[in-house]
Amino acid sequence: MSENILELNNLTKYFPIKGKGILSGTKGLVKAVDGVSLTVKRGETVGLVGESGCGKTTVGRTVMKLYEPTSGQIIFDGQDITDIKRKEMKIVRSKMQMIFQDPFSSLNPRHTVGTIISSSFTIHGIEPEGGIEHAVGELLELVGLNPEHINRFPHEFSGGQRQRIGIARALALKPKLIVADEPVSALDVSIQAQVVNLLDDLQQELGLSYLFVAHDLSVVQHISDRVVVMYLGKVMEMAPTAELFKHPRHPYTKALLSAVPVADPKVGRSRERIILQGDLPSPVNPPAGCVFNTRCWKAQDICRTEIPETIQISPLQTLACHFPE
Amino acid sequence: MSKFLEVRNLNVSFPTEDGMVRASNGVTYSVGLGETLAIVGESGSGKSVSNLAVMGLHNPTRTEISGEAILNLKSGSVDVISADTETVRKLRGKEMAMIFQDPMSALHPFFSIGDQIAEAWHLYNKGSKADGKNKALEMLELVGIPDAAKRINDFPHQFSGGMRQRAMIAMALVNNPSLLIADEPTTALDVTVQSQILSLLKELQIKFNMAIILITHDLGVVAEFADRICVMYGGRIVEDGTVEDIFYQPKHPYTLGLLNSVPRITAGTSHRLKAIPGQPPSLINLPKGCSFAPRCEYTSKVAGGKCSTEVPTLDVKNAGHLSRCFLSTESLNNLVKDKA
Repeated sequence: MSENILELNNLTKYFPIKGKGILSGTKGLVKAVDGVSLTVKRGETVGLVGESGCGKTTVGRTVMKLYEPTSGQIIFDGQDITDIKRKEMKIVRSKMQMIFQDPFSSLNPRHTVGTIISSSFTIHGIEPEGGIEHAVGELLELVGLNPEHINRFPHEFSGGQRQRIGIARALALKPKLIVADEPVSALDVSIQAQVVNLLDDLQQELGLSYLFVAHDLSVVQHISDRVVVMYLGKVMEMAPTAELFKHPRHPYTKALLSAVPVADPKVGRSRERIILQGDLPSPVNPPAGCVFNTRCWKAQDICRTEIPETIQISPLQTLACHFPE
Repeated sequence: MSKFLEVRNLNVSFPTEDGMVRASNGVTYSVGLGETLAIVGESGSGKSVSNLAVMGLHNPTRTEISGEAILNLKSGSVDVISADTETVRKLRGKEMAMIFQDPMSALHPFFSIGDQIAEAWHLYNKGSKADGKNKALEMLELVGIPDAAKRINDFPHQFSGGMRQRAMIAMALVNNPSLLIADEPTTALDVTVQSQILSLLKELQIKFNMAIILITHDLGVVAEFADRICVMYGGRIVEDGTVEDIFYQPKHPYTLGLLNSVPRITAGTSHRLKAIPGQPPSLINLPKGCSFAPRCEYTSKVAGGKCSTEVPTLDVKNAGHLSRCFLSTESLNNLVKDKA
C-alpha cells in the first residue's frame, strides 16, 4: 500500500473561452491549474492556500473529477483515476468525498436531513449495518447534532449546524480522503472554531486525510501538517506548516503571510509588512517567466523570461523561485 | 470636549411576521475626529444595523428607532435620529459617508466610475461638468488607481475587487466628510489587497482628520487598525475599551471566548482551539437575562442565577473600560488568565 492517499503529477486544467456564436470556436484558455504536483499522505492534512483566482478550488474539484483534467495524472489510493470512466469513478468517489464552502447552497432545501445524509447510501446501493436510519442517527451524533433532528429541513439549522450536516454526509461512506473547499469561511469565528475542532477530532477518530482548500492562513496553519501555496495556477512553495510559517522561502509566501492581520495589537503593529502592489494578473494571459514577477519586489530579468524550476528541497518541501529568501 | 459622533441608547427593531427583531438595544458609543472605533461582533449582533441608523438608511415605515445619534458639527449639533429626512439627507455624503462590503453591488453598473464620483461631488458643489470630472480624477489618483486618467471612464465591471473598493472610498470621500463608516470594507478582498486598502484608509484618515467607524468580525484587522473597540453580542454592546484593554485585559466572557476562538498565525505549535459552545441567540427571542448567559461558562460564579433573569448594565470596570457582566471585579480581572 502506497504511503500517499493522493498524488497529483503535473496536473493541468484549462477552461476554454468560447467566442460568440457557434462557429467562432475557442478564443483563449483560462489556465486555472497549470502543472500542479502534490501529495497527501495517509492521515495527513494538506492545506492548499492562495488568493481568489489562484486555482485552489479547481484543484480540489479536479481531484474529485468534477472537472476533467486537461493533462497530468491523479493517483488516488494507488489507482490512476485520471482517465477512468464515470461508472468506475462512482466507486472511487465513495472513498473520497467533498465538503463545500456554502452550507446554504450545498444542501437541498426540499430534503430532510435524513434524506440528505442517507442519499450517500442509496446512490451507492449500500445497506449499512443496523439499517439506514440507524446509520444516519450515528452520523448525526458523530458530528455533534441531535439524532432526533433527522426529519428537519436545512432551513431549521444555523450555518454551523448545516456545515455539520454537510460533514456527516461526506462521512457516510467512510471515505479515506476528504476534499474540504473553504469549509469554515462562511462561518462566524466562534462557530468556525467548533467546526475546526470537529474536523480535528474526526481525523483522529477515523484516520481521515484532508485536502484543505482555504484562503484563511490562520485556519490553515492551525489544521494543516503541510501547506501548498498557489499563485495563478502554479505551486509556488510547499513545506511542512511550521517551516513554511517560520521561514517562508518564496517571496509570494512571505508577502502573503505578512499581509495576514494578527489578532494581537503589539505583534501586529510591530511586524514588517510587505504590501504587494497591484492585483492578480489574468489567468488568460499569465505573465511570461515566473507568474509572480509582476508583483515581486525581487524580480530581475531572468524572472520575466524563464519559468523557475520547481526544486525539491526535501521529500516534503518544494520551491519554485529564482531568488528564494 | 465632546466627540464628533455620540450615539446614546440607540434602539432599532424591525417588526416581522415572526415577532419583533430587536437588532440594536440601548447601544451607546462615540468616536472623535482622527479616531478609529471598531465595532466587532458576529453576524446578527446588530453592528451594521446600529450604524445604518446613524446614516439614516433604514426604511422608516418598517423600522422602529429610538435614542440619539448626535453629530457635533462646526455649525452646531444635530441629532440624526430625531431630525427630519431632508436634514439627514443633506448630511449624508457631506458630513458622514459609508462604504460597504460589496463594492460591486454598491456601485451602479450602468454608469462609469468617473461619473459616479462626479455625481456625488455635484450634489454639494457648484461647478461645470468638467470640474466634476477633474475632481473625480483627483480622487481616483488619491486612492491609488493606476492610470487614473485612462480608467476614469471605465465601468465598475472593468475594475478588480480591490480597485472597486478604492473607487468606493474615492466616492465616499469626495466631499471630505468628517465621519466615515466602513462596514466590513475588506471582508470580500484577498489578504494582500486587504492590507493595501487598510493602509490607504489609515493614510486618508490622517490626511483628512476623519473619524472612522470600522464594522468588522475580523479581530486581526481590528488589532492592527483600531484605537477603540466596542464588542457587540445579541444587539447589545458587551464590552467597550481601548485596543490594549480588549486584547490584553478582556473583561467580558464573550470577548475572551472570541479571542480564544481565533487561530493565531503567530501561535507556533497548534493547540486545540477553545470554541464557544452553542450558537448566538435569535434577535427575535433574546434570552431574558444576559444574552450571552446560555453560552457562558462563568454563570455559576454569579450568585443567585442573576445571569439568566436580569440584563447586566454596561458599567465602567476600569478607567475607560466598560463591560456588561455581573462577575465581580476580581473575577473579571482574572478572566485574562483563561486566555489561551
